[in-house]
This record gives sequence, C-alpha cells and structure tokens, in this order.
Amino acid sequence: MANICRASRKDFRNAVVAARDAHDGWAGRSAFNRGQILYRMGEMLESRRQAFVDTLVETAGYDSGAAVAEVDAAIDRLVYYAGWTDKFAQVFGSINPVASSHFDFSVPEPSGVVAAFCPQSAPLLGLVSCMAPIIVPGNTVILLVENDAPTLALDLAEVLDTSDLPGGVVNILTGSREELRGHVGGHRDVDAILSVGASTEERTILEREGAESVTRMEFRSDRSPTEWRADESQSPYWIVPFVEVKTTWHPVGR
Amino acid sequence: MSELEAAPDTARELLFGDEWEYAPAPQSADHVRLEDRYGAFVDGAFRDTDEYFPSINPATEETIAEVGLADEQTVDDAVLAARTAYESHWRDLPGKERAKYLYRIGRMIKEKSREFAVLESMDGGKPIRESRDMDIPLVAAHFFHYAGWADKLEYALPGPGRPRSLGVCGQIIPWNFPLLMAAWKLAPALATGNTVVLKPAETTPLTALKLAEVIQEAGLPPGVVNIVQGAGGVGSALVEHPEVDKIAFTGSTEVGKHIQKQLAGSQKRLTLELGGKGANIVFEDAPIDQAVEGIVDGIYFNQGHVCCAGSRLLVQESVAEEVTQKLRDRIATLRVGHPLDKNTDIGAINSQQQLEKIRRLVDIGEQEGADKFQPECDLPENGFWFPPTFFTNVTQSHRIAQEEIFGPVLSVSTFRTPEEAVERANNTEYGLASGIWSDKGSKLFSISQALKSGVVWGNTYNKFDPASPFGGYKESGFGREGGVHGLLPYLELPSQSWQPQTPTNGSPSTKPASSTSAGASPEPKADDT
Repeated sequence: MANICRASRKDFRNAVVAARDAHDGWAGRSAFNRGQILYRMGEMLESRRQAFVDTLVETAGYDSGAAVAEVDAAIDRLVYYAGWTDKFAQVFGSINPVASSHFDFSVPEPSGVVAAFCPQSAPLLGLVSCMAPIIVPGNTVILLVENDAPTLALDLAEVLDTSDLPGGVVNILTGSREELRGHVGGHRDVDAILSVGASTEERTILEREGAESVTRMEFRSDRSPTEWRADESQSPYWIVPFVEVKTTWHPVGR
Repeated sequence: MSELEAAPDTARELLFGDEWEYAPAPQSADHVRLEDRYGAFVDGAFRDTDEYFPSINPATEETIAEVGLADEQTVDDAVLAARTAYESHWRDLPGKERAKYLYRIGRMIKEKSREFAVLESMDGGKPIRESRDMDIPLVAAHFFHYAGWADKLEYALPGPGRPRSLGVCGQIIPWNFPLLMAAWKLAPALATGNTVVLKPAETTPLTALKLAEVIQEAGLPPGVVNIVQGAGGVGSALVEHPEVDKIAFTGSTEVGKHIQKQLAGSQKRLTLELGGKGANIVFEDAPIDQAVEGIVDGIYFNQGHVCCAGSRLLVQESVAEEVTQKLRDRIATLRVGHPLDKNTDIGAINSQQQLEKIRRLVDIGEQEGADKFQPECDLPENGFWFPPTFFTNVTQSHRIAQEEIFGPVLSVSTFRTPEEAVERANNTEYGLASGIWSDKGSKLFSISQALKSGVVWGNTYNKFDPASPFGGYKESGFGREGGVHGLLPYLELPSQSWQPQTPTNGSPSTKPASSTSAGASPEPKADDT
C-alpha cells in the first residue's frame, strides 16, 4: 500500500535537535495559548474525521463502529488535555507555609525533550494519548511509532501541521522500536522517556542506557482499543512524570 | 561627619586578625550517653554482627563507638522484617494511628535534641551551632509535618481513587546531614504506610542508632524501621534485594547513576537526590552586604558539604570587585575550629577521604590557572580541616567550575548581562539549587523561571523547611522531598497501578504479543492485592 520510513539513529538525533530547538518557544508560550493549540488540533482532527475512520477500516482492520469510536475518542482526548494546560500548575503546584519569614511556592515546569514509544494497539488514539499529556506543560516530544497502521501517524502529522502547533514540538518517527531503543535510552539530550507496552528487555535497556544521564523513565501498559477509549486512560497523572517541580523562596519583610 | 566620609576604605573593614581573641566556648558532651558498640537494628532490636567498624570524630580522629557491619544475611533479615511488618499490620493501620507514632518520635527527638545535636557534631564534624539550631530542629519538624499527613492522604493527591503505599523501602542516606536525611526519608515513608530499611553513611552512623533507641522507646512496631550499617556494599545488597519495592537514595551523582543502572528492568520505584553545582547569581542591583552573607551561607555552611551549596558565584562585572573584596574581608572573620565550640563557623571536614578530594580539586584549580584566596587560619593539629577558600578568574571549562567539590571552596566568575548569567548558571549537568540576588522583583522572577534547578533562593540561600519541596533537575536526580510533593514518591497512584482488564484483542489489527511486546500485561508484583 505504501512505503513507510524506517527511522535510523541519525533520524532520531535530528528529531532531538528539532525538539530541543522548539522547546523554549513552546514552554515559553502562555499555558492558555498551548491549550488553544491543543483544542485546535482536536478541531482539525474532527474536520478530517471521515478520512481517519476510513483509514482505520482500510489499514488497521477496524469495523466502522470501532473506527468511529476511536476517532471520536481521539478528538475528545485532545480537548480533555487542552483544558489541562492552564489548570495543571494550579492543581499540582503549591504555596508552602514555611516556618520562617519567606514566601515559598512550587510550580511544575516541563522536563524538556521527551521520547515516547507509542503503543501497538489503537494506532490513532494510542498516539494521541501519549502525545497530548507530554506537550501540555511545555515539553517537546519525539513519538516513536511501530504498529500495523503507521500511515495513521503520518496523517496525524498533517493534522498537527495545520493546527498552529509550532514546528519541532511534536516529531514523529516510524520505524523499529527494537532498533532505536538503545539509542533513545542513551541520548544525553533526552530528558525523559515514556514507554508504553515495554517488554522487560526493553525496559532494562532503556533504564540502563538512560542512567548515564539520569533520564526520567515512565512505563505504562498497552491496552485494548476499548480500554484506550475509557476515561481510565486519561489523567493528569500522565502529565506528572514529565514535569520538574521548582520551588522558589523569597524573604518577606519591609 | 566629614571625617567619616574622608576615612579610607580600610577603616570600614572588619579586620579582626589576632586582635579579638575569642575565649573557648565548648559545648559539654557529658550528657551524650553512648554504648561502646552498636549492632544492627533489625525487627525492633539491636543484634550482634560478625564484624564491627569504628566511627571516628573527624575533629580528633578518636573512635567514638564501634558499629556493626551488616552482612548479606543481616540485610536479608532486615528486609524480611520490614516485609512482615508491612503485610501483617503497618499498611492496614489507620492513618491516624501511624500519625501518633510519628508525632511521638518527633516529640522525643525534641526532648533529646541537645544530645542529638552534640552527637551529630561529634560524629560528623559540623559546628554545634548548626546541628543545634538547624539540623535537629528540622529533624523534629519533619516528623511533626509528615505525622499530620498520615490520615489525610486522600487530600494529598488530586483526583479519584485512593493512592496506595508501595511496600518495603530501601533508603540510603549521606553523611552531610546524617539525622536530617534520615528524617527526610523516614517521615514521609512511614506516614504513607510503607516500612523501611535505612542505611546511613559509614562515617556518620551514630545519630541514626540513637534514633533507633527513640523508635524503640516510642513503641513503633518491630520491623517498621530497620537500620543496617556499612559502606557501599551494604547499600548495594539493599538495592538488589528482590523484596524491596522502592529505593530512595541521597548521595553523589556517580553512585546515583550506578543505582539507576542496577535497578534497570527490576520494576522497583526509584527517587534520587544527587549532586549539585549551584549558581549563586549576584546582580549589580543586589543588596551587596546581604548578598555577601548569602554567599557565605551558600558555600561555607556545613563546610560546604551540601549538595545544594552555592559553589559557583556568578557576579555581575560592575560589582565584582566590591563583592570579592567584601567576601575576602568576611571570610577572614570566619572561625574554623572545634565543632563543639559554640563560636565555630566552620567545623571539621567529614573524613580523611573527603579532605583528600577537596585538596585534589583545589590543586587542580590552581594548576588550571584560577587565583586562589584563603584567609590566614590556624588549624588544629589532629583531625581533618580545610580553610574557607575561593577562586577568582574561573572559566566555565575549569574543573572547579564543573565538578562538585563538596567542601568550603567557591569558584567566582563574572557576567555582563542577565542572559549570560542564565546561560552560565545552566551550563552544568546538575540542576539542584540556585540563588539570585537582586532588588528588582520582575528580574528575580524571570531569572528564576529560566534556571534549570529544583530550588531557587531569591535574596536568601540554604533555607529548608519540611513543607517545602526539595529536589533536582537533570543529573541532580528526580523526585521531591518535603511538603505534599514529598508524598508522591511513596505512593502508588490508581493510574500507575492500572492494568489491562481484557486481553488486548479488542482490535482485529492487534497481533498476538510477540517476545518484544510482552509488556501489555507485566507480571503483578508480590504485594499486589
């Protein structure tokens, strides 16, 4: 049907450079603006709803009911996380009542550049469910996709491209997970890694290589498309692993 | 008035030199009750070990007590005692009951605070002024703070579903704040319903053993806290023990990376509080005299044995000369000497090994061409000592600007613009703490935002509080200790523990799990119920 890119180590390194370049700009946008852009992504996906349904049916073997459900859930998920952008810091930050005469507060900030191994299951929704929470607080991301319907990832890239999302914030590589994981774990400019459905072997490689630069690691179970659609598969706790809490102190006095 | 104005600059300097002799003001150590020898604290009792090692006073090099070296069997017993205590009652004990134990421990530490402070200074070398006024009060405060959380955990983390405790925590702590680090580790772990095997550092084992006595006296159920002593090998045995669910480590970045590697693929939870090379940034609009005090607090506090020390001073070019001159004058007044003297500002270096490391890096600093300043200082003959030191003309590539020295050694460099200050401050693998000195609020907040560090002190430095989260960016580690954020590393959230309920065959596209995608249903852990 189509020839799909098989990303190499070099492609991954280029993607990290692009993600790093885009990071400060994205993190520097107002949280409200990031929310608008995520919402816009949802709108753009909705505008191409039928095309995505057809692709799911044709390339991933979905029946039309399941395909409609997955596309609609993906749109809803973008809207869900769009709303978190300017609320996350309020819910997960704190004012700290210290005993001394200081004003002391903690805010979550983005970890930086995140690499995400996306699930095999739910080729559209799984991708969106990994991507959206990572970019909410201002991270940039490289999505690594290996599934039966990789063209969906590329269709999603077209949606992102028309959604006011700055270039470099989301980078998508299709290719062999097994081939890339050692390089991903060992890349010193990757601040955090999400891996959905990692085998014990993959987990071991990522953690061992990542330890060289104290990379943050988050592992999640893959799940069926039905389970990906469920509310249990979206939560601000998908954002939490990709933030750093910064605490600032200042004396109070006259 | 005119005379004052005309007076030369030197008249305003505080050049005490030999002119002001301080009478000795020793803190009595009579009320410290110590055994000659302590075993391992396992399952609520001290037990003998095959081998013992001495814990020495770094100010005198005399042995204070002997401490039992935990062998593999002891570590195993400690972990199993913690496992049994966890499963038999501690995890199911109502939060308000756990809270009572923690309040009691906090209260008892307060009652014995003088004894703890003196012993901490004897065993670790820190000035009594610091152990008495900072370490021990914060230790008690930590237990009080987290005691109050034990029955309020459903309010700690937003969202539906109750968080669960993890199980047995292996906690490995450093020698720079021995009892305080024990409190930072124990209090949140116990409040959240976990049990603990704690490994203190081998040069500062004693206050943790006194804490074990308090724990006994407080009636904490046996096995909830176990303490095993020794060096890296003991820590390693704890890290690798299959019945440990979580490791919390505070120490060097090198060892932290090693632990992260050791745990690869193990599914154990991990938090790391590692090294730092904190930038203390002084802008030209800063209150200079306060800033100089902050610089001194930042690097000479606790002999510089502080992971968040402000060990890199970045000073704006226009005020660099004034700041370094004032710093020179100020550190000439610092009193280096016996830790138990109440007038001492800088105590003993913690160990011979650490002293050698400091000397080596200071030599390298000189070889690489930075200019060293040290005030005249009479150092005692016995013990391990290093005078307060700073280097000027330090460039970013100098090893003293990049490596954590963990001693009373400051590197000073200058910058011209705020952008350059941020660039330099962030130019390190570490990201634990920074300081900003400026009278301009908007600048302070914008610089704070730009710094990649977990703690930012604005117009202050080295402040700590149990309610305030502490922890690093980048290679300074991950996870936070203190405040509500300090609970998270000891709890499992419903979304983390979520497992697929149906086999992943909901989509016709899903292939049967191959050998590389077995992660869809990881094996449940032993304590999953």
